[in-house]
Amino acid sequence: MIEDIELETLINDVYEYYGFDFGSYSRASLKRRVNRIFHLDGFTHFHEFLSRVRYDPEYYKRMVDEITVNVTEMFRDPAFYRVLRNEILPLLGTKPFIRLWHAGCSTGEEVYSMAIMLKEAGLLHKSIIYATDINATVLETAKKGIFPLRMMKEYSENYRDAGGLEDFSSYYIANYGIAKFNEELGEKMVFSQHNLVSDTSFNEFDMILCRNVLIYFDNDLQKRVINLFDESLAVLGFLALGTKETIKYSISPTKYKQFEKEKIWRKVK
Amino acid sequence: MEKSEIISDCKVVIIGGSAGSLNALMQILPELRPLKDFSIVIVLHRKNTDDQTLEDLLSLKANVEVKPVEDKVPLLPGFIYVAPSNYHLLFEKENILALDTSEKINYSRPSIDVSFESAAEIYGTSLVGILLSGSNTDGTEGLKAIKAHGGTVVVQNPLAADMPFMPNNAILYAEPDFILNNHEILKLIISINS
Ligand SMILES: C[S@@+](CC[C@H](N)C(=O)[O-])C[C@H]1O[C@@H](n2cnc3c(N)ncnc32)[C@H](O)[C@@H]1O
Repeated sequence: MIEDIELETLINDVYEYYGFDFGSYSRASLKRRVNRIFHLDGFTHFHEFLSRVRYDPEYYKRMVDEITVNVTEMFRDPAFYRVLRNEILPLLGTKPFIRLWHAGCSTGEEVYSMAIMLKEAGLLHKSIIYATDINATVLETAKKGIFPLRMMKEYSENYRDAGGLEDFSSYYIANYGIAKFNEELGEKMVFSQHNLVSDTSFNEFDMILCRNVLIYFDNDLQKRVINLFDESLAVLGFLALGTKETIKYSISPTKYKQFEKEKIWRKVK
Repeated sequence: MEKSEIISDCKVVIIGGSAGSLNALMQILPELRPLKDFSIVIVLHRKNTDDQTLEDLLSLKANVEVKPVEDKVPLLPGFIYVAPSNYHLLFEKENILALDTSEKINYSRPSIDVSFESAAEIYGTSLVGILLSGSNTDGTEGLKAIKAHGGTVVVQNPLAADMPFMPNNAILYAEPDFILNNHEILKLIISINS
């Protein structure tokens, strides 16, 4: 395992050379990720790795892609999607136009899950879904709407557990190990790069989803990001986090009302 | 190297297990005494969709309070913590728990190796790692890390394990300090810091 001091040196160098601040990322996870790429790419001395990161911008980009955790699923936590379907979408549906933001969308599985829910609720035509991530490579995948075919069995089970009634395979075309999702689902999606550490609010939304991203941040950065979401959320809009994340320590509890047991809060003022 | 029978200055006891380990825990947890200045962290292989059932079951059986694990909760002495399904459980400095959704390790998330290695880095000699029954190799690398950081390594006696493969693998590669039956594991935990 790399040393703590080596990790701190890397964080400082990345900030100095590229202006990106990993200083507020949770150390335990970050250290494992840096250690992983260090060994994966066959380095033996940390200074070699450091100078490669410093002087080779292509390699720096690879490192950022590899240390961000991009694991995602369609309909992860079906119970969450059930509440979304039964409670939240009917409320959003009363609006003439629905704006959603997936922050930290990774390769887009969650965004496609949302589009399917919106379509089934008859709301997709009047929705727009912004989906952002810091990692440009995952956004390229997300734009294509192509996911591994071997995952479809699990996803269709998740979909059913989330209350889905359609034939899940009608949403994609299977071909040589890949599942290409129907273009209609992607029509209302806008993908772009956005860094939650340093970029500002860019619109007002009716719902913001940021699931399993805050776990990679320390408490101070979590607070800043929750406040960024607060600025970007319309009154009576919804904020959804991962099942083990909370806004409790970040924002006044009088401003938000939690929805049942799920990690969904409604902005009440 | 032989460790003295009584473990002192322990901050965390981390227990890992897979198939068959719940049986062992059902024998150990109901007999626990209040934990003296240390916490117990349990990392079991479990279904992705099992959101709360394992916690509920362990709470029901253990006579020490099970605290819910969420991102960045403090790890307090005197309580039991259980790694949630579909996340890896990590340890931050200053007694904070953290979660991570990265790739499965040994086909598992939570992975025992991941949590053991992370705990070893933070707690060093103040850590006791216990590996129970299972039919997978997860846990062995983690125990090696605990050993390398000066912690105490305990493996369930394969003869007492429902699935001996996992403890056997650890005995082969991780040089445990103790190989114990369930009631001996209980006695060891009760004796910690006394
Ligand atoms: C584990 S994925 C979460 C994917 C999805 N939301 C889910 O829950 O399945 C975390 C994502 O956060 C992104 N991320 C990490 N740091 C970020 C930052 N500073 N700004 C924006 N996105 C970030 C990563 O690139 C990664 O794609």
